[in-house]
Amino acid sequence: MRWLNYAPIRALIALGFALALWQLVVWVSGVPRFILPGPLRVGAALWDNAALLWEHARFTAVNLLAGLAAGIALGVVTALNLALSPGARLMLRPVLIFAQAVPVFALAPILTLWLGYGAASKIVVVMLVIYFPVTSAFFDGLMRLPAPLADLALMMRATPLRRLFLLQVPHALPALLSGLRLAVVYAPFAVIIGEWVGSSRGLGYLMLMANGRGQTDLMFAALFCLAGMSLLLFGALEKLGGIRS
Amino acid sequence: MTALSMTGDLWIGDTPLIRNLALDMPAGRWCCLLGVSGVGKSTIARLIAGLPGPQRLDGALSTDDGQPLAQRVALMAQGGQLLPWANLVQNVTIGARLRGEKPDTARALALLEQVGLAGLEHRLPAALSGGQGQRVALARVLIEKAPIVVLDEPFSALDTLTRLAMQDLAARLLKGRTVVLITHDPLEAVRLSDRAWLLGPQGAQDIALPQSTTPRDFRTPEVLAAQAALLSRLHQDMACAG
Repeated sequence: MRWLNYAPIRALIALGFALALWQLVVWVSGVPRFILPGPLRVGAALWDNAALLWEHARFTAVNLLAGLAAGIALGVVTALNLALSPGARLMLRPVLIFAQAVPVFALAPILTLWLGYGAASKIVVVMLVIYFPVTSAFFDGLMRLPAPLADLALMMRATPLRRLFLLQVPHALPALLSGLRLAVVYAPFAVIIGEWVGSSRGLGYLMLMANGRGQTDLMFAALFCLAGMSLLLFGALEKLGGIRS
Repeated sequence: MTALSMTGDLWIGDTPLIRNLALDMPAGRWCCLLGVSGVGKSTIARLIAGLPGPQRLDGALSTDDGQPLAQRVALMAQGGQLLPWANLVQNVTIGARLRGEKPDTARALALLEQVGLAGLEHRLPAALSGGQGQRVALARVLIEKAPIVVLDEPFSALDTLTRLAMQDLAARLLKGRTVVLITHDPLEAVRLSDRAWLLGPQGAQDIALPQSTTPRDFRTPEVLAAQAALLSRLHQDMACAG
C-alpha cells in the first residue's frame, strides 16, 4: 500500500468518497435536480458546457492573476519602503491599519461604479483585498531581523539598502510566503465578488446567470472550475516555497 | 596599530556590573578577559564594538591615536550570526557585501580552507556542526581588516586539537592587530595573551603570564605551570563568587 503515501492519491480517494456519498444522498432523498444535482449530473454539465466554461474561466483567471500580481507587487514595494524609512512607517502605518478596518469586499460596488463592468474593477478588487495581508506579513518579517544579525549589520557598517536586501529580505521570505498563502486564498473570493457585483463575463457571472435560470448543475460546474483554479494557485505557491527551503 | 584603554564603572541599566575597571590594552597585542559567567565580559565586548544595549560605561573608553573607535572594530560574537540562507563563502564575504565593496571570494575560499572547511564552501550553515559553524564565524572575522578585533569565546565549541590549531591560525593572521579575547579556557589565555585580566565585580586583576612570545607552545613547563596557576585562581574566584 505504498501508493497511499502519495498525498494526491489520498486526496483523490477522499474526494471519491465524498462524491459517492453526495450521489447517494441525491438518489435516496430524491431532491429535485434544480435544488441539488448529483455529481454525475454536474459532471455532465461540465462536459456539455466545456467551451462556455472555458471561455468564462479564462476571463476570471486572467483577472485573478493580474490582480494577484498587482497586489503582491504593491504589497512588496510598500513593505520594503516601510522597512527602509522610519518616516514612511510613521505616516503610512496608521493609514494601513485604518485600511485594514475597511472590509474591502464592501468596496466592490463602488469600484464597479468607478471602473465599469469590465476587467479593471475585478483586478482592482483582488489587488486591494490581498494588498494588506501581503504587506503586513512581509513587513513583519522584514522588521524581525534577529538581534545577532542586526548586530552584524552594525558591525560591518552596512548601508541601509544593503542591510535591507542582504539580511532583512532573505530573512523575511518565509513570512512573505505566508502572506502569499493568504493572498491565494482570498483572491478567488475577491474576483468572484467583483463579478457578482457587476459583470457580463467570468465564472461569477456564469454562476449568477445559471442560478437565475435554475441551471443548478451548471452553477456547480462553474464552482468546480473555480475550486480547480484555487488548487492550481495553491499548488504553484507550494512549489515556489519548496524551491526555497 | 591602536592601543585601547578602558577605565571607570560598568553598568547594566541601573545595576553596577564592574567597578573601577582599568584595562590598558597595548597596540598590536592580545589582551585576554577571564571571569565567571555573567561577570560582564560580553558586555565589555559589545561596548568596545559600539553595539547598542543596556550597558553603560561611567568612565572613558579611548584610543591612543585619539580617533573614535566606531568603524574600526571587528567582532566575533558568541553565535547566531551566520546567515542560514547563505552558503559558507557568502557568509564569510558578507562584511564586504554589506559595505558595498567587492567581495574577495579567493581570500574567503583560502580562509575556509585554513579553518579546515575545504570542500564545504557551498554548504548552508544548517549542514554544519557547532564547531564547524564557529570556524566559519572565525573565517569571517579573519577576513576583516579592522585594526581592533574582539573575539568573544571564539573557540569554545571546538575539540582540543582543533582549538589549538585555530589558536595558532588566529595568532598568525591577527599579528599586529589589537585583539581582545574573551575566554573561559586557562590554556587559551596563557597561550595567546600578552596581557590578561580576571574580571570581578570589584574590578580587573592582572594575571601573570610567561615571558615568551605568543602563541606559546603548550608543551613547555612554564606554560603548563601558568595554566595550572590560572586554573586554581579561577577555581578560587568561582568559590568566592558562589
